[in-house]
Amino acid sequence: MSTASPSILTKIQDFLASLRLTMALLLILAIVSIIGTVIPQGQLAPEYLAAIGGEQGNRYKLYSMLGFFNMYYSWWFVGLLSLLSLNLTACSIKRLPGVWRVAFKPDGLLTDSVERSATVCHKLPAAEALSLKEIAVRLRSTWGTASDIEHEGTRHLFVQRRPWNRLAAYVVHASIILIFAGAIIGNLFGFKGFVNIPEGGSAGTYLDKKGGEKPLGFTITCDQFTVTYYDAPGGGQSQMPKEFKSILTLTENGREVPGYKHARVIVNEPLTYRGITFYQSSYGSSGSHTFKAGDPKGGKEVTLTLDSQSSATLPDGSRIRVLESVQDVSPFMQGLHGPAARIDLTPGEGHQHLTVVAFANHPELNRQQAKENGGMVIDYLGGEERPYTGLQVNKDPGVWVVWIGCILMCLALYVAFFMPHQRIWVRQDKDGIVIAGHTTRGQETFRTTMEELLVTIRVNPGKEEQQS
Amino acid sequence: MISPTLFNVTTIFYMASTLAFFAYLAGRNKNIGLGGVALAWAGFAIHTVATGLRWKESYDIGMGHAPLSNLYESVVFFAWSIVLIFGLIDAKYKYRVIGAFVMPFALLAMAWGQLYLPTDINPLMPALQSNWLLYHVLTCFLGYAAFAVACGVSIMYLIKAKSEERGTDAAGGIVSQFPPTKVLDELNYKAIMIGFPLLTLGIITGAAWANYAWGTYWSWDPKETWSLIVWFIYAAFLHARFTKGWVGKRAAWISIVGFAATIFCYLGVNLLLSGLHSYGGI
Repeated sequence: MSTASPSILTKIQDFLASLRLTMALLLILAIVSIIGTVIPQGQLAPEYLAAIGGEQGNRYKLYSMLGFFNMYYSWWFVGLLSLLSLNLTACSIKRLPGVWRVAFKPDGLLTDSVERSATVCHKLPAAEALSLKEIAVRLRSTWGTASDIEHEGTRHLFVQRRPWNRLAAYVVHASIILIFAGAIIGNLFGFKGFVNIPEGGSAGTYLDKKGGEKPLGFTITCDQFTVTYYDAPGGGQSQMPKEFKSILTLTENGREVPGYKHARVIVNEPLTYRGITFYQSSYGSSGSHTFKAGDPKGGKEVTLTLDSQSSATLPDGSRIRVLESVQDVSPFMQGLHGPAARIDLTPGEGHQHLTVVAFANHPELNRQQAKENGGMVIDYLGGEERPYTGLQVNKDPGVWVVWIGCILMCLALYVAFFMPHQRIWVRQDKDGIVIAGHTTRGQETFRTTMEELLVTIRVNPGKEEQQS
Repeated sequence: MISPTLFNVTTIFYMASTLAFFAYLAGRNKNIGLGGVALAWAGFAIHTVATGLRWKESYDIGMGHAPLSNLYESVVFFAWSIVLIFGLIDAKYKYRVIGAFVMPFALLAMAWGQLYLPTDINPLMPALQSNWLLYHVLTCFLGYAAFAVACGVSIMYLIKAKSEERGTDAAGGIVSQFPPTKVLDELNYKAIMIGFPLLTLGIITGAAWANYAWGTYWSWDPKETWSLIVWFIYAAFLHARFTKGWVGKRAAWISIVGFAATIFCYLGVNLLLSGLHSYGGI
């Protein structure tokens, strides 16, 4: 047992740090991610049942068990992402010490194995090459000071550029972990919610994702909400919205917050205060309307006021709901004037529901309608509709960690791909000079660089002839 | 409005360039190859002017925005990006033959846009009114274009590798004109080295923009998810070269599958799935 367990541990470690696991995870993640793009995410159960069907909803049960309706947060998808993070970390821990040695603790010796793995290697007979000391001088101008090492009777020069390129791949890996960390921080310490504020109204709370009411810690007032439209090609305004704009004022402890009086929020220009950001998200209108309902044969009359979104019950048991209202009906109905409301009327059991128009200035028409449908006389006493603004409310303290991760990733990718680590070794032995070069990327360009370098360290043949 | 005419002229130039590259493939005449490149660059120049004019014309009719806002404009910009990336790789490595496998992508994009898509300039809806639109679309499409070039090179790689296996390569056919497999593999890798950071930037600018507009940098919308799928595939490609058993043909296949996923991310998601990125006009 005692001899077997470490080997299993080593095997697990090797597996976790293996590139094969990386490849497998990346391709599996690519494939399974497709599921959630085909099955709409985060809908309600009845909608899924209707769309999927299957024998007694068996398919629904299976999909639901596998978390397909919220799959990017399901245990197995999060598990795959965690395994990828573990793989990245294990890989980095395993390889980093060796890579660090290659980059920052090079022995600077041009050994046979270095020669074999070099991008370019040239040999010059002693007579054709400058002395090692001269070569070091030539190298200094473009490559910097070379280390000069004597090892077992042979002298080696070594010089390198951008050794930190070797770390770039690990910075990319770390940046992925950082982005995950930022997402987790946001989930733990942030929130997402929503608030509707009518024009002229205020709110000190928002609705969280589960519909619970939470305090903001300050009050937000909607001074104005407007929608503007693009001009139509033939003049006038088109149906295409150009801008949704809320003018907001923030107050805290009964005082206006400096700099937040009549602040503008439009789509793509949110407003942030105390780490909470408000985004222009939707709009609509809401208001209240008052009606008087009476028996057509006279007698008791009731007055009732209802919100534009809700319905109310009349004394005879029928229900009414406001569909729309106008302050002046004349443009829509010739010969009539004054306020009017179109209402949805649902009489008691067994009757069909119908649409009637209640007028403020034409009680005779209201009475006539009541006669036709056998219900109560409904008079409109007036009301008002106010636009409201719908704001997305967000707090995400992890977002900066995510952005730092993103910036690091971009920089590191650039360094990894376009700023190669380049090394040059020169060795002097009894036959002459051996010069080898290695680059991590861009071999073509590097070969040219090495050719040019070779010219500068070669003894000028023409000059030699003149001398002889 | 001169830009519609110029876009048509551009399409004709790309067609001529594609035909020249096909002729070069068959006849190995160096001048024809050079002609193909010259036609591509000339078309690119006209394309650039046309895009600039369309931009200006949108201001003239009071809707002023970069021509990157609907399906037609994006497909035209995709073609522009492909020619740019191809042109740069050609200028550096001078393997003309690649043009025969890359220019058809640009031609296809242009022809589809010019012949089948509504070309009207539309006003920008409030969600798109942001400077992020420019950065996001620019980086994404340059990335896509690099992947298109990589896909073309990978197809060449597979053809070349097959002919080498059969031993028919030396016979002097069209395939013998192709660069050696080692060079094709290298070019594939180089194109993806350009495309991958651009795609990464494209995803990040998209996330930053979403956070600015809606307060959520990532919502697993189908478009976002597909861009991540593409990212996973090319990340796998980049690691394949250090992994035993994944070099050569398999790497070429990853590159081709990656481009197929890219096209799905670009078009399939909008035409077949629902989500945040709706292009007008289709």
